[in-house]
Amino acid sequence: MVGEAQAWLDVSEDASSLMLRPKGDWVVRHAAAIERALQTVDTIGRRSATFDLSDLRRLDTAGAWLIYRTERSFEQAGAAVTMAGATPAQSTLLNAVAKSDRPAKIEPHIGNLFVNLVVRIGDAVDEGFRTGCDLVGFFGLVLETLAKTIVNPLRLRVTSTVYHMEQTGFDAVPIVSLISFLIGAVLAYQGSEQLARFGGEVFTVNLVAVSFLREIGILLTAIMVAGRSGSAFTAQIGSMKLREEIDAMRTLGLDPMEVLVLPRVIALLVMMPILGFIAAMMGLLGGGLVVWTELEMSPAMYIERLKDAVDIWDAGVAFIKAPVFGLAIAMIGCFEGLKVEGSAESVGQRTTASVVEGIFTVIVLDALFSIMFVKLGI
Amino acid sequence: MGRDVIISVRDLRNQFGTQVVHDHLDLDIYRGEVLGIVGGSGTGKSVLLRTILGINKARAGSIEIFGKARHEMTPAEERAVERRWGVLFQDGALFSSLTVAQNIQVALKEHLHMSQKLMDEIAAIKIGLVGLPPEAGPKFPSELSGGMRKRAGLARALALDPEIVFLDEPTAGLDPIGASAFDELIKNLQATLGLTVFMVTHDLDSLYAICDRIAVLAEKKVLVTGTIGDMMTQEHPWIREYFHGPRGRAAMAAKSAPPKA
Repeated sequence: MVGEAQAWLDVSEDASSLMLRPKGDWVVRHAAAIERALQTVDTIGRRSATFDLSDLRRLDTAGAWLIYRTERSFEQAGAAVTMAGATPAQSTLLNAVAKSDRPAKIEPHIGNLFVNLVVRIGDAVDEGFRTGCDLVGFFGLVLETLAKTIVNPLRLRVTSTVYHMEQTGFDAVPIVSLISFLIGAVLAYQGSEQLARFGGEVFTVNLVAVSFLREIGILLTAIMVAGRSGSAFTAQIGSMKLREEIDAMRTLGLDPMEVLVLPRVIALLVMMPILGFIAAMMGLLGGGLVVWTELEMSPAMYIERLKDAVDIWDAGVAFIKAPVFGLAIAMIGCFEGLKVEGSAESVGQRTTASVVEGIFTVIVLDALFSIMFVKLGI
Repeated sequence: MGRDVIISVRDLRNQFGTQVVHDHLDLDIYRGEVLGIVGGSGTGKSVLLRTILGINKARAGSIEIFGKARHEMTPAEERAVERRWGVLFQDGALFSSLTVAQNIQVALKEHLHMSQKLMDEIAAIKIGLVGLPPEAGPKFPSELSGGMRKRAGLARALALDPEIVFLDEPTAGLDPIGASAFDELIKNLQATLGLTVFMVTHDLDSLYAICDRIAVLAEKKVLVTGTIGDMMTQEHPWIREYFHGPRGRAAMAAKSAPPKA
């Protein structure tokens, strides 16, 4: 053999006896080749076989297993097997491998596919129902803690609350502004194209103003915040839960609701209307820019038309919705964080759930608000 | 014992920011020995382990592995070296999305082309060798106890039949029964597979039970190496404190007491 020593097998035979001489390095690196070589050995109809290990250079567990496996199949076929020429170390290894010969399953048990499907649907429904119930319970707990804090305002963690206001509110201003500005511009551009068909380009202003003030501004903000801050809340609280920090808090007499949840809820409750307002303004700015360049309507004219297009309630509606959305997102973020258990994988799952549930809840609430405002006529 | 050096560390320097962890550290690891690394918290035992493994890059110094300097190795040579060692991380560091048996097969699948049947059989053998029940094969790491996770981690470290295994605090977090069973396991595997073992540990019982040689890390270098007997005669205050303290005496008493029938 040239270069690196390989593994090979010499086979010699007479009438009923077989002599097997493993040579070279019978190690895991050559296991596939060794297995192929051994497969050519016919075990059927032998009376006896001998393994002569004296030319074996190296042997590891994989090689030992392959020798042992062949030995076993000879014995099952009724042949007597003798081992010759093994060093003490090789014998020890062969014995150890023989002792560990207990087939182990590799993959987890997978049941019937159809049954699994039904079980998963059932689990999902059950899980959804439970989450809903737990969330209502959690909402109650948040309100209770909030009420206690209002009665005794000294209990409020001011530093933490301000910190979260900065994280979720102030730091979100650039991205919320940019997105709103762009969407405002797109809306004005597309709107003016369509309205021009029946000569109503001037109503682009109404389109941008009403939709941004009432719906899009706050909805965009809520979706951004759910993705940015709701997920952060879940991951922060979730990893604290994993490291048993929350249990430690309880043993020290600190209430995690008061220490962790309330500052985050209050932060979003306060920051959401501000972010929503900024989003609406940036949307109007983006729309105004397009109206100015495309429709050649001067900024002064644009502002004049804005005054006609909107009434106070268009802006008021958003300010009513904003704190509710903020509350929902913060609550779901914290709630999912507290549900983390076991492994880092759970943090990932809960964070995903937090964002999905947050956005879903915001949109459902928005639909309910729309119905309510229509009924109230505002 | 053969004096065949398989890993040699010379003049190693490790530094994080302005904090120097190792300075002019020398260490040899001989083939077939069980080397225990001890040292106070923050003396860089794990850093040393990670530096030898190449996870952490040294500021200065050379590390020679299987007779070849690490910094002269091509990436292909590094891969080849990595196949010749196995590592057991502190809590096993098993891949949580794979079952125990699949964890063992990861390296086999990645580096070697063999039949699925043979891979399954090899995984089963390793599970048996580290003393796990066959039922542990299809379980996920999260379903195992701490001791079982360590055994599974060891099985994964042994997947490619390495020449040397690195153990990072193998008995930490185990109860005394589990810890001495794990010591016994390492000793048996070392004898059966002819392994070299590099073990970072705090467990005095492990040091007495299985280590052939002990290296003490202090003052940013390997202060002394020697058998446990040598350690008892050292005059350095930390070493005296460590081996002559109440725990050290208890471990020595346990070792010298005749085994129960």
